[in-house]
Amino acid sequence: MAAPVLEVEGLKTHFFTRSGVVKAVDGVSLKLNEGEILGLVGESGSGKSVTGFSILGLIDPPGRVVEGTIRFGGRNIAGLPDEEARRIRGKDLAMIFQDPMMTLNPVLKISTQMIETVQAHEAVSHAAARARAAEALAMVGIPSPEERLDAYPHQFSGGMRQRVAIAIALLHRPRVIIADEPTTALDVTIQSQILAKVQELARDTGTALIWITHDLTVIAGLAQRVAVMYGGRIVEEGPIDAVLDDPRHPYTRGLIGSVPSLGKRGERLAQISGAAPSLANLPPGCAFAPRCTVAIERCRTTRPELSATGGTRAACHVAAAEALS
Amino acid sequence: MSKAPALIQLEAVSKRFVKPLDLAGKIANMMGANNRSITVHAVDRVTFDLEEGEIVGLVGESGCGKSTVGRLVAGIHEPSDGRVLWHGADVASLPSEAQKAYTLGVQMIFQDPMASLNPRMRAGDIIGEAPVVHGLVARADRDDAVAAALARVGLDSSYARRYPHQFSGGQRARIGIARALAVNPKVLVCDESVAALDVSIQAQVLNLFMDLRESLDLTYLFISHDLGVVRHIASRVVIMYLGRIVETASTQALFESPAHPYTRALLDNVPRLDARNRRFTPIHGEIPSPINPPAGCHFHPRCPLAGPRCAAEAPVLAQAAHGGTVACHIGTPEGTG
Repeated sequence: MAAPVLEVEGLKTHFFTRSGVVKAVDGVSLKLNEGEILGLVGESGSGKSVTGFSILGLIDPPGRVVEGTIRFGGRNIAGLPDEEARRIRGKDLAMIFQDPMMTLNPVLKISTQMIETVQAHEAVSHAAARARAAEALAMVGIPSPEERLDAYPHQFSGGMRQRVAIAIALLHRPRVIIADEPTTALDVTIQSQILAKVQELARDTGTALIWITHDLTVIAGLAQRVAVMYGGRIVEEGPIDAVLDDPRHPYTRGLIGSVPSLGKRGERLAQISGAAPSLANLPPGCAFAPRCTVAIERCRTTRPELSATGGTRAACHVAAAEALS
Repeated sequence: MSKAPALIQLEAVSKRFVKPLDLAGKIANMMGANNRSITVHAVDRVTFDLEEGEIVGLVGESGCGKSTVGRLVAGIHEPSDGRVLWHGADVASLPSEAQKAYTLGVQMIFQDPMASLNPRMRAGDIIGEAPVVHGLVARADRDDAVAAALARVGLDSSYARRYPHQFSGGQRARIGIARALAVNPKVLVCDESVAALDVSIQAQVLNLFMDLRESLDLTYLFISHDLGVVRHIASRVVIMYLGRIVETASTQALFESPAHPYTRALLDNVPRLDARNRRFTPIHGEIPSPINPPAGCHFHPRCPLAGPRCAAEAPVLAQAAHGGTVACHIGTPEGTG
């Protein structure tokens, strides 16, 4: 098997605040193969976005990547000085944010912003850069890209703006794109237009994607593999079918049970009681133990590590014991 | 048939929002410019009933007017045309006693509890204010009423002393529900009430909604863009597109045999847990602006089946094969042109 394009090992990103250390990401490891779409799923405060930001080197003080390696293109890019990180960011490693207005400058024309992005990494003429920009807009399905280049961000609808943001991410044909909830704010029919486009691009260009979302149903249709995060760690990871059909971690089970779907109409949803823990004050054992219905004594004292359990890898003492018996 | 009238009926209700010309525009007009005031047709001749004990899901994408319909039902907006009926009587001309029963009887729960709870009031004051003002609860009994309201939504009575920012998102949603329930309403209008919540918290709140309905005999108008949530909770579904109802049906009929091309497109595009590695087959085009909606059927520019009649003539809601109603020239027998 070919080496993965991106390999994260034991990543820890902590925020040093006045009220204590917030362990937003606390030991995350993941691999991403060429052309693969990996779903990174979790609820608010699970550390999924911070994981994405850490990979791109976008963590600002008081936050810091305190441990771990991020191997990309044959070298460790964790904690790279700003100047060097900038050379990779936006070129081989791109990001799409939830709110495209975070990517786009409202007072500059789309063309200005896209040409600037091209010329930031390559010495090409203005005309050539403009042609590249138009090509990228066409690739994401924006009609009459030549004319639309001269529009301002506010002249686009929400869905179109997100397409522009994706087009900017694609300008340098990156090897990896990290997408942070890019379709969450969009309507269903528009979301599905974007998802269709993303699927096509991953297939045609070999670009690998980490798709960060809270929505398991989006991941189900899009990703080949999925990693579920809780309390700053990955609690279960595996091929999409294995994780959704035969989840081993009680949190993954609860998450799937919480999704209203066919066959559960009018019934009570299998809810997870309680609320997510504060990342500043995680319990010593498994972060999910206080909400878990099958927790044993060991869960409260010892942190479980990821281990093979059936078709997936889960970080759960109970699931590990089940897999052995 | 001598059936009692539905709890709430909307009869051809329209709501237009007009942005009048400002001073600069008027001056420019005097000098020969041709500025006009801008009218948004948010809701266009919407008719449906809300029967007692029913959960009606109102579904549509951004700008379809679903929230405006919710506000019309709750009496927050007055209709520009048409009538809203409460127990069969027009709410615009209710006697004062009945008017009060209506305003208290229909309560609204908003999407963003942080925006709808006063950040400088304690939870107890937020929940306790309305019932005391309306004389439902004596001032001396207020704390007991607040404790009961909190218990009903699964919160501890000690939370009454806290401010909204001291709660988590799920707890704030519960406070919003407790406030609405404090005046003993018959109808709850839930406007995207679970949209901002995490999945596991959303499941808790949906379960709470279903429990409350049983214990308090509530009727819901459940407004959402999320078909999964609506399919789960609603008994009947109303689909809106750009200010008009395009289809109504029982939940089962709608999800099994959708009649309107827009409904079909929506259902095809909903991401589902059991649809893996699918090829997304989106409908093309954007949602048009309600300031300048397309002529004829609003959906025709995006519709894969649209014929010449669709561009010229707006279809009206008619009986459909699945027992509900649908507004489509193609789906109805006389409109195959």
